[in-house]
Amino acid sequence: MTSIEFRKDLFANERDDTLNEIGKPTIRQDILGHVTGRTPFYDDHLFDGLLHMRAVRSPHHHARIRSLDTAAAERMPGVRRVVKPGDVPNNLNTLLSLIGFGKDDEPLLSGQKVSYKGEPVCAVIADTEAQARAAVAAVRVDWEVLPHVLDVEEALAPGAPSVNPTYPNNTFDYHERYDHQKLRFGDVQAGFAQADHIIEAEYQMSPIEQAPIETCGAIAAPEQNDRYVCHTNTQALFFSLGTTAKLLNLASSRLHFIGGTAGGGFGGKVDSIVEPMAVLGAVLTGRPVKFAWDRPEEMQVGAPRGAERWRIKDGVRRDGRIVAREFTGFFDSGAYTRLSSYAIIKGVGHLPGPYSIPNVAANVYCVFTNRTPATAMRGFGITGVDFSIEVQMDRVAEAVGMNPIDLRILNAYRDGDMKAHRRVAKNTALIECCQVAAGKAGWAISSESTAASSLVGGGEGARGTIPETVTDQEGLIGARRAGRVTDTAPARTGTGRVAAGHAGVAIVAAPPQREDMQIAADRIGHRMGSGPGAVPPPVAPRPSGPVPARPAASAGPVPPRGSITPPPGFAPPQAPPTPPSVPVPYPTYAAPPPAPPQPPAPASAAPYAPDQPFSRGVKRPGASPFLSGTRRR
Amino acid sequence: MAKVPVRFTLNDAEVALFVDPGANLLDVLRRGAGDLTPKHGCGQGTCGACTVRIGGEVHLACLTLAEAAEGQRIETTGGLANGAELHPLQRAFMDGFAAQCGFCTAGMLMAAKTLLDRSPNPSRDEVAEAISGNLCRCTGYEPIIDAILTAAAQMQGRAVG
Repeated sequence: MTSIEFRKDLFANERDDTLNEIGKPTIRQDILGHVTGRTPFYDDHLFDGLLHMRAVRSPHHHARIRSLDTAAAERMPGVRRVVKPGDVPNNLNTLLSLIGFGKDDEPLLSGQKVSYKGEPVCAVIADTEAQARAAVAAVRVDWEVLPHVLDVEEALAPGAPSVNPTYPNNTFDYHERYDHQKLRFGDVQAGFAQADHIIEAEYQMSPIEQAPIETCGAIAAPEQNDRYVCHTNTQALFFSLGTTAKLLNLASSRLHFIGGTAGGGFGGKVDSIVEPMAVLGAVLTGRPVKFAWDRPEEMQVGAPRGAERWRIKDGVRRDGRIVAREFTGFFDSGAYTRLSSYAIIKGVGHLPGPYSIPNVAANVYCVFTNRTPATAMRGFGITGVDFSIEVQMDRVAEAVGMNPIDLRILNAYRDGDMKAHRRVAKNTALIECCQVAAGKAGWAISSESTAASSLVGGGEGARGTIPETVTDQEGLIGARRAGRVTDTAPARTGTGRVAAGHAGVAIVAAPPQREDMQIAADRIGHRMGSGPGAVPPPVAPRPSGPVPARPAASAGPVPPRGSITPPPGFAPPQAPPTPPSVPVPYPTYAAPPPAPPQPPAPASAAPYAPDQPFSRGVKRPGASPFLSGTRRR
Repeated sequence: MAKVPVRFTLNDAEVALFVDPGANLLDVLRRGAGDLTPKHGCGQGTCGACTVRIGGEVHLACLTLAEAAEGQRIETTGGLANGAELHPLQRAFMDGFAAQCGFCTAGMLMAAKTLLDRSPNPSRDEVAEAISGNLCRCTGYEPIIDAILTAAAQMQGRAVG
């Protein structure tokens, strides 16, 4: 059995010694159910007359749907219903719209084009799973295969295939105008000029599938009180409920969600896809419907931890002091946003790791590619860059010929240091962790490292020269919100993407250590012009005065994408029975037929036009907490 | 298609069912016989969540034809406890935090019981081998191996070290 050692001598005056549970054996409250097999997982709720739903999925990474022919599938034995994109009342969503962050960019069932392999285009509901599978195989889709892009930087290259119609430049829009999330602290160029060594390296992560032993699934059934019950293994019950209510245009009071038991999740069960599908099935058939991924689906379309690519450039003094650190990060969001935009905000707040570095800069891109959309997984947004930072620390130690633990202790943040996002570091303990770990590992450290303390030296000298960001009592950056500080950000309309750079100077990387680490100059901060392939003009210094009012003439037409008007009240579409011999016509880009029920989107959205200049969306009413700077407490 | 009659004992109870030809034993146990303790994890014989004992041997219910269970003696975790008295393996899994989400546990217990029936005093390597067909994504396996060794020691009346 593992033994736990307490080091209560460390930071003894920071806590009352009242730990009554930690370190003592405990028994999980739910484990009696686990060892007797009686824990009720969602699939342990049995319903008479249960129907089974299976999705028809894209075999291509990127393809336009010319037509969808479900006539043969509808005639298959046991088939009760074929569910098509037009059956989804509000067929465009983004997960974080529930907290007002990001634009709706993902259909539940794709009607116009697919942007990743395995993207669902319709579904079949049948009496048995085998019948549903057979009918899925009978659905005919006429695909027009499109060029695809699977690499984050290839996706940013001029002329790359446009993956996500909501974000045609393949980057998430931060604050609805920036193509990346930016961090600036001190002056990295000045820091590099002071450095004796420049250490640059690239780190690449792979996507990681959460792979719970129980795949994602849900069972929904009509209740007799005008509600729908949904047994689900979601990790985020009310997130799933809210998402279902939005996609299906159902009052949330009509949804009775029961969860709380997941057969493993690890972040892979927050995306709220199986719940709206199962409830939609129950709405359309009036019967209990199960929608569950099989194992191949879990591996192919289950959203993984996203792949990340990081380039880190460190400026280091001969004595091991890191004086500047610059990051360029690319998150592979896959085809849709899901949670990657949020992961980057977390990650950028974490930079430059638990170290006090006076000059830090970061440009981090949330990039859309034709890979499976990425989502949450244990510490997502932090773990990938932390791996990169710690490997980088070892490389720095090698470059300056220092013991890597001594290097970490020398640069570790201490209580009172200003972190790069301008918050004072409190309750730091990296130094003590390094000391204890070195001791346990029998790893000799210097006498200075042994004597170091998180409580000593913080906020002194260069560590304390930059003041904390002033916030008001609501935790907001009060001066800026009150208009006392000029908004130096670029105008929200007209120019399209905003170039990466610092103080008006585009980032030009120092010569890389290896040839293949070079970022092509046109890959960062490009597309200032109005179309793919436009040559990036030099970045002019920003005017210091107030930004002039939005130039109305240069603003492109606002796409109607953001102004979805869902039909009032959910009306299960009473689709007239289609003559079996006639293929069901399906909306195409050229001529969307006005056949009821009309999917509010994307059929009502602007035609898919990858060559169209990037028009900025409008800020939705209902301010995003991220835009306003609201913090959770 | 005509259904096929199948009879077997499930945890010492007689079960007689009509099943679809080609139905797998996991579906028949769960939806036909109402024993929900074996779980469907992959449906392709890789995860072990559906592990049951047939004639005292470990079998994957998802890969077993229900018709092949005719006349067999089937045991699941649903029958592991003796009334309210837990089996030593169940007790050891509880005490040793050998389950988190619990989805693999029922199958894991069947693999462990089969090992201890055959080899009451297994080595750590033998335990690891015995559960090698059962995937667990939560625990990292060490608490499970510890719990099985603890249960083996208790069943042998040895002090637990």
